[in-house]
Amino acid sequence: MRRYGDFDLAEDCTQDALLAAVRAWPSTGIPRRPGAWLTTVAQRRALDRLRRRKGLQARAAQLRPELAEGGDERLRLMFTCCHPALSRDAQLALTLRTVVGFTTRQIASAFLTSEATVAQRIVRAKRKIVEAGIPYRMPAPADLDQRLGEVLAVLYLMFNEGYLSSSWEIPHDRNLAEDATWLARLVVRVLPRQAEAMGLLALFRLQLARVGGRFDQTGALIRLADQDRSLWDRAEIASAVELLDRAVLLRQPGPYQLQAAIAGCHAEAASWEGTDWPMILRLYDRLLDLDPSPVIKLNRAVATWRAVSAGAALVEVEQLATSLNEYHLLHSTRAELQRELGQEAEAQRSFQRALDLTLNPAERSHLRGRMATA
Amino acid sequence: MKYMLLFAGADGDAPGGESMTAVMAKVDKWWHKYSEAGAIVGGEQLQPASRATTVRFGGETPTVVDGPFAETKEVIGGFAIIQVPDLDAALEMVKSWPASSSVEIRPVVEA
Repeated sequence: MRRYGDFDLAEDCTQDALLAAVRAWPSTGIPRRPGAWLTTVAQRRALDRLRRRKGLQARAAQLRPELAEGGDERLRLMFTCCHPALSRDAQLALTLRTVVGFTTRQIASAFLTSEATVAQRIVRAKRKIVEAGIPYRMPAPADLDQRLGEVLAVLYLMFNEGYLSSSWEIPHDRNLAEDATWLARLVVRVLPRQAEAMGLLALFRLQLARVGGRFDQTGALIRLADQDRSLWDRAEIASAVELLDRAVLLRQPGPYQLQAAIAGCHAEAASWEGTDWPMILRLYDRLLDLDPSPVIKLNRAVATWRAVSAGAALVEVEQLATSLNEYHLLHSTRAELQRELGQEAEAQRSFQRALDLTLNPAERSHLRGRMATA
Repeated sequence: MKYMLLFAGADGDAPGGESMTAVMAKVDKWWHKYSEAGAIVGGEQLQPASRATTVRFGGETPTVVDGPFAETKEVIGGFAIIQVPDLDAALEMVKSWPASSSVEIRPVVEA
């Protein structure tokens, strides 16, 4: 799987709102994309994506009859594909293949692995299911929490890949984020009293509700601070927040609900400046109680910058320098903070290091733009 | 389905600082419960790894050495052969095993 190390980190916490927050420094505007290779094809693709986003609601409505039948079967299949006796890679490939209906080629293209690798992974997983006796059955009630955790982790990976990759450049004809959301709806429908499943669905919906503002006409990413919030689907945001509120009432706290609450803070804010950063900081602290991972700490540092000071945030970021040395967002965050504090030479070095660590074209373009804006 | 359970732990130590007798009592209870249920087909506790002898092949003649085949921190302290409907049933049994730091569940090749 492409960037597997990133997925381990991303699994903890990566959200577009927070990645964008890293970029959302109050100075320049939309990242410039060199005009040279701007083509009508790129424009058309970007507009297609925007149109498909708006079609999500309609599509979900169309799918509902399909969900009404076979929902339990599909869920049973998901639990089987996500059995802990299978590796996470195998769980993901198998779920995409057998539950969502991706072809091996589509899976390979979505995760930038070879078709042969994916095919082999699926064959081995299916063989293990048969030979090791993994049953095709809903888990026993005593096991449900742990087993559901595996399913939700796979859905999280699916969603992140679909949502965070600059996938408009990579030709794959299925939308992972929408498929993950559809499956999360299925889980919530069949298991309606699982707060973390509801929290995950709310998180997905909050991200997708804002996707209209994420890209400009050329398909480049727009920083959260600069997004036109009138393009966000406010009705969907309100509905997703209401779902989260219902989840919280079940009193089964967990990381997905917390991440959804953070996304909710962004989604409900009328502006970047008007965002409730102290609340976001408090939510991160609660998330860190459950999962003190370095990536979550990095995202907390961004909230510290907004809620407290750049100096305090840089201190937090420096503490992560060893554990996140290979993570481009550590270096880009550090760069922006150093620049803010007048340490331009150090900032340039940090930007360069970030550039060395990411292959994502949209991110690279953004970083080069930031380096040039001294 | 038939599985072999391989009970692995630090050689000779009882897990969690409990006394050997307390742990063995729990093991007996576990064994009795699942034997009664017909799930346990066979099994033995093994003597410590220091009493093992290993024969290595690959040279001109087989070589005999002192000790277990792998010098590891964790050694196999015992095994069981179980007959249960599926892996989840095996996992349910194994999760209540009181005496090792890890247990491997390996499906047996059946004719």
